[in-house]
Amino acid sequence: MSRPPVDPSAGQPSLADDLARLEEIVRRLEAEDLDLDGALALFEQGVASLRSARERLAAAEVRVRTVLEEANGTLRLGELDG
Amino acid sequence: MTLPLPLSSALATDEVFSVRHLTATVKRLIEGSLGPIWVRGEVLQCRAPLSGHWYFVLRDPAAQVRCCMWRTYAERAGRPPADGTEVFVLGRPAMYESKGEFQFLVTRILPTAAIGQQQRALEQVKAALERDGLFDAARKRPLPRYPSRVVVVTSTDGAALSDIVTVARSRWPAAELLVVASRVQGEGAAADLVAALRRVNRLDAQLCIVGRGGGGREDLAAFNDEAVCRALAAVRVPTVSAVGHETDVTLADLVADVRAPTPSAAAELAFPDVRAVRRLVGDLGARLAGGLSRRTRLAAERLERTGDRLEAAIEAGLTHRRQLANRLAAQLDALSPLGVLERGYAVPRDGAGRVLRRRADFPPGLPFSLRVADGDVPARAE
Repeated sequence: MSRPPVDPSAGQPSLADDLARLEEIVRRLEAEDLDLDGALALFEQGVASLRSARERLAAAEVRVRTVLEEANGTLRLGELDG
Repeated sequence: MTLPLPLSSALATDEVFSVRHLTATVKRLIEGSLGPIWVRGEVLQCRAPLSGHWYFVLRDPAAQVRCCMWRTYAERAGRPPADGTEVFVLGRPAMYESKGEFQFLVTRILPTAAIGQQQRALEQVKAALERDGLFDAARKRPLPRYPSRVVVVTSTDGAALSDIVTVARSRWPAAELLVVASRVQGEGAAADLVAALRRVNRLDAQLCIVGRGGGGREDLAAFNDEAVCRALAAVRVPTVSAVGHETDVTLADLVADVRAPTPSAAAELAFPDVRAVRRLVGDLGARLAGGLSRRTRLAAERLERTGDRLEAAIEAGLTHRRQLANRLAAQLDALSPLGVLERGYAVPRDGAGRVLRRRADFPPGLPFSLRVADGDVPARAE
């Protein structure tokens, strides 16, 4: 029962990760006593997360795929008809 | 007492009903006012002719009604009930116009004894699951705020899937739905659901919706099945149940982390509204920029303050040096021969420029010059 997940994109950062990081960065930028270098570094990270989040939200269409089980027990993702 | 027969009236044809008109009117009255209802009674005179339809009388001590069960429903019900069986029947009243008879069209029939048995079995399963803590509030997990991949365990035939996809499209276009198909009612549905729920754990997703379409009061047995409930509890990601049955709560509903009344409602719970999330991202962007500009302003102010102090220090140093220079210059002045001359002294020198210091340096008649503060004065010794 310990077959690997079928998804090759497993482990990639998600929108949830982007937003969590962005929230944390904004909180630190607003709350902590940072020097200018530190603030700039945080800002740059924040901009990267922001851009990534925006790209994800711009994704055009819900994707629906169906999970199929092969005869040998491996799972495969197929496009759903209709 | 009775209305006069309006033979002479011009409106006669409007006020006398034809039989067809009468039965049609009664049909409208009884068929329009009652939806599907459950009725309890005893079966009598059950006939199951070759047409596949069943006909029987349902009665209780006070009344009776003719019942008809069309073939489609009769086939699902299995064997015709024996006379004298106590049953619950689901159906709706109807008018059989060509015979002028009121009858009850039955879609489901359940012997009360079987109901009792089913109820007892359900109670046993519920007790077992409860004992193992599967209903505990403490094991309920919060749903992820921004799920990117959601598994949907349901039948691909039903309305549930399309309802969920529709809601996902309008609320959360960033979503990817992985559909694990399973029968949700009838023979084999429970085994299918167990296998499907186990597959969920082999997928990389953040949330699982399990359910079936709403509508009629169909068979919910699979969602009360013990193995299904235990498989649902073993799903590693948070679960939402959507059994599409507003009134009855199934055991699977109690095991799921969140229960939704319908598949659409489940999708609304599962997917955030992209417009709200875009606003949130916009706000975070503004706060990020605001945070940086505040930091830069603070840094600039700090730099300015440092600059001021530096200038003051330089200024202080300069003043000190200027005063020192003035003092030194004054001392220098005091030492200068020009300064001595200024005080009224004069320096005598001969034609060659040598300074004449003694009386012997002045033979009578010697021309010489006297250097005073502002220039030379010609002179002669007497």
